[in-house]
Amino acid sequence: MIKWEEKLSPSVKGIPPSGIRRFFDLVSEMKGVISLGVGEPDFVTPWHIREACIYSLEKGYTMYTSNWGLLELREEIARHLYSNYRVKYEPSSEVLVTVGVSEGMDLALRAILAPGDEVLIPEPCYVSYSPCASLAGGVPVPILTTADNDFRVTAAQIEEKITPRTKALILSYPNNPTGATISQQELMEIAKVVKKHDLIVISDEIYDKLTYEGKHTCFASLPAMKSRTVLLNGFSKAYAMTGWRLGYACGHPEVISQMVKIHQYTMLCAPVTAQMAALEALQNGTDEMLKMVAEYDRRRRLILRGFNEIGLSCFEPKGAFYAFPSIKNTGLSSEEFAERLLMEAKVAVVPGNVFGGNGEGHIRCSYAASVENITEAIERMGKFVQQYSSCREEACS
Amino acid sequence: MDKKDQEILEMLQDNSRLRTEQIAAMLGLDQKDVANRIKEMEEQGIIVKYHTLINWEKAGEEVVSALIEVKVTPQRGAGFDAVAERIYRFPEVKSVYLMSGRYDLSVLIEGKTMKEVALFVSTKLATIEEVQSTATHFVLKKYKQEGIILEDKEKDRRLVISP
Ligand SMILES: Cc1ncc(COP(=O)(O)O)c(C=O)c1O
Repeated sequence: MIKWEEKLSPSVKGIPPSGIRRFFDLVSEMKGVISLGVGEPDFVTPWHIREACIYSLEKGYTMYTSNWGLLELREEIARHLYSNYRVKYEPSSEVLVTVGVSEGMDLALRAILAPGDEVLIPEPCYVSYSPCASLAGGVPVPILTTADNDFRVTAAQIEEKITPRTKALILSYPNNPTGATISQQELMEIAKVVKKHDLIVISDEIYDKLTYEGKHTCFASLPAMKSRTVLLNGFSKAYAMTGWRLGYACGHPEVISQMVKIHQYTMLCAPVTAQMAALEALQNGTDEMLKMVAEYDRRRRLILRGFNEIGLSCFEPKGAFYAFPSIKNTGLSSEEFAERLLMEAKVAVVPGNVFGGNGEGHIRCSYAASVENITEAIERMGKFVQQYSSCREEACS
Repeated sequence: MDKKDQEILEMLQDNSRLRTEQIAAMLGLDQKDVANRIKEMEEQGIIVKYHTLINWEKAGEEVVSALIEVKVTPQRGAGFDAVAERIYRFPEVKSVYLMSGRYDLSVLIEGKTMKEVALFVSTKLATIEEVQSTATHFVLKKYKQEGIILEDKEKDRRLVISP
């Protein structure tokens, strides 16, 4: 008998399984549950995009593409970034089509990190950053953002954590799970620190289009930041294309060419069907995309007012499609709250602690859900919360 | 009519059962404000009716519909309006549009049987003095109506929890 326990890589074994996974198993077994736990759009991909993909299949687009992705798509991505943010990327050497932001993040970290290099990661944040940094041989260094500062990381907080080993900073606004956005002014302050300490920034801007108040600032568009930023974005959220697995990474040719090397040996290229669909999304998808964004915005207000009415304090999310209310006054931990809410009220949310530091005491509620479901979920949560607060007043347990 | 009114209309058109407090929350408005806006638009006839789209076939009811192309001699002074009115007053007539092109009025008729519809056309429509001719096209299958795909109850295929 082979003893796998001894054979497996210690660095992989050392990575904890995703906290979301355990909760998923729990929810999957139950009936009649309303889920606010879904981190993807509740729209299916707009038909014109699906139709373009079908047409590409009919035409026989079933081959490998260049490792970099279809040139036409890279050109469209570059055009798109220029028209939105006035950042100019060279399609032939500065744009790489990836299998989602997920792959882009992995490539960037692997291309950048030498063993022991530190990566600053503002938390709470998307669950994959820290494990990917570890897998790439780096050391994730969390920076805890707070509800008091609307979950935005500050230049001072970043500077505090810098050591001689600090190599990179991950930025992720609009943010999953908090819905936080960040202003150009604040990013400028961060840019100063980045420059002063010669850091690389990996900026995950997958929710850029889902910004409801103010304007999204692309980090690479700030003065002198383009050359030290790896910009990651994709089609999953804005165009409701999660299952297509398509994204892109843009940056200095030096770093992108290293990323392409990894990509070419591990992935070869992103799927051509998805690339053809993405081309259609960029060329003709703006109207439908904006309609979806307007719809999320309405639901955002609906869920926010709902939380207010049932007495869960919630920082106002200005981007993505998540609200991150505090559940501290129930006296329960995030996991207890989420588990009991599921069992007793049949509403699924994600406990905030799975998103790292300072996520504890919060729950992530996705409003990529129908108006009926949001309304019903709030109602159920209202009854649930009331029961716990009255319980606490009577000092029972 | 401002931007908010327009949004209210879009939302109600999509789902007339939305409650005023839901609309108010979604638009960041006061509930009273929304109620007033809706009332005003009802009074102005902008909001005409709150109706429900029903797939009668699924309900097991036989409904026969036909689209009738009607050629009309317009009347002095009244144009097409007077003829159109004579037609649209019949309850069997579900919609009437004045068209550009080869014919003038497009009339949608519903009845219980083909015979009933055909009889209506020959005895009521074709006999109107200004009606020159009619061409009846029976509807064989309804795929999409009022922007809604009838057989398309797309289910939510997403995982219940995802990162
Ligand atoms: C912040 C963030 N980055 C990246 C991803 C993954 O994106 P992709 O589907 O492009 O791999 C997600 C998905 O939830 C996310 O929330």
